[in-house]
Amino acid sequence: MQFFGGSEISPSPPAPTATGNNAHMMYVFNRDGVCLFYREWNRPLHTLNPPQDHKLMFGLLFSLKSLTAKMDPTSAEKGNRGVPQLPGQGCSFHSFRTNTYKLSFLESPSGIKIILVTHPRTGDLRNSLKYIYNLYVEYVVKNPLYAPGTPIRCELFNTTLDQYVRSIA
Amino acid sequence: MRRTSSDGRSSENAELFTLTYGAIVRQLLTDLEEVEEVNKQLDQMGYNIGIRLIDEFLAKSNVSRCVDFKETAEVIAKVGFKMFLGVTASVTNWDADGTCCSIVLEDNPLVDFVELPDTCQGLYYCNVLSGVIRGALEMVSMKTEVTWLRDMLRGDDAYELQVKLLKQVPEEYPYKDDE
Repeated sequence: MQFFGGSEISPSPPAPTATGNNAHMMYVFNRDGVCLFYREWNRPLHTLNPPQDHKLMFGLLFSLKSLTAKMDPTSAEKGNRGVPQLPGQGCSFHSFRTNTYKLSFLESPSGIKIILVTHPRTGDLRNSLKYIYNLYVEYVVKNPLYAPGTPIRCELFNTTLDQYVRSIA
Repeated sequence: MRRTSSDGRSSENAELFTLTYGAIVRQLLTDLEEVEEVNKQLDQMGYNIGIRLIDEFLAKSNVSRCVDFKETAEVIAKVGFKMFLGVTASVTNWDADGTCCSIVLEDNPLVDFVELPDTCQGLYYCNVLSGVIRGALEMVSMKTEVTWLRDMLRGDDAYELQVKLLKQVPEEYPYKDDE
């Protein structure tokens, strides 16, 4: 993927760190494109400033979803032509891999998108992302002090997430 | 009256929930005095619950996106009500184009021990439920209108909610292209 075009990206993937935490970063977006959560554990390369980075990520996924749905060769039912797909309808993409990282994606029908970027040899993370969605429900959605649609600032969510991600990467 | 809700929760918890809800309605009646205002507040509270409840529902029940509104109504009645209230509802009265139906509840844990006095005529005691459904469906891109057709506290034989799909609102790209 030549998105950033940086010549500093070395072709070999980063070696696993001593703590075993191989996940690079994580994003959570809601259906309106608001970046609810961004956390990085191991990101040596920053190409854009955070707002641009979030917008790029969201835009990328939005386009990828649309592209993968349009290019789907298998779907028999046509649905409503010309009507944009609702989250979860049609075919859904769940990851892409480059020589330096793998990006895994989960979208709930309510539009919550969870993105986890890890090293390229990671396996299928769909169940892990589902578990993270459950963590989001337990620590964020059920938190009465959290206003839906605003950035997440829950310490418990951060620590539980860190623990969990350390165990999967 | 001992009743264990079928999701395994003890009857003490169910009673506490019922009594807490009753306390909320009573307090709203004291604060707002107007029955119409209380109805509106209950609906708004339900809406605020619904927009959060949807994520819990999706995470726990693992259902994928429903193909059409018919499936949506079935999922609400059979899975949703079961998960959160411990009762199963049924779906009836579909209109010709499949955008309007009724969800019928025979059993309703919110109204155990409740009788409406004459001073509260016009109160929709369970109006929080209509807000919850409306809020939850809005988070999955459906704008709906939810109204009560039958209410046992008003003398009918069951609880019947009419759910009408107004429109589907698909996701739009939220950023302007030149930014």
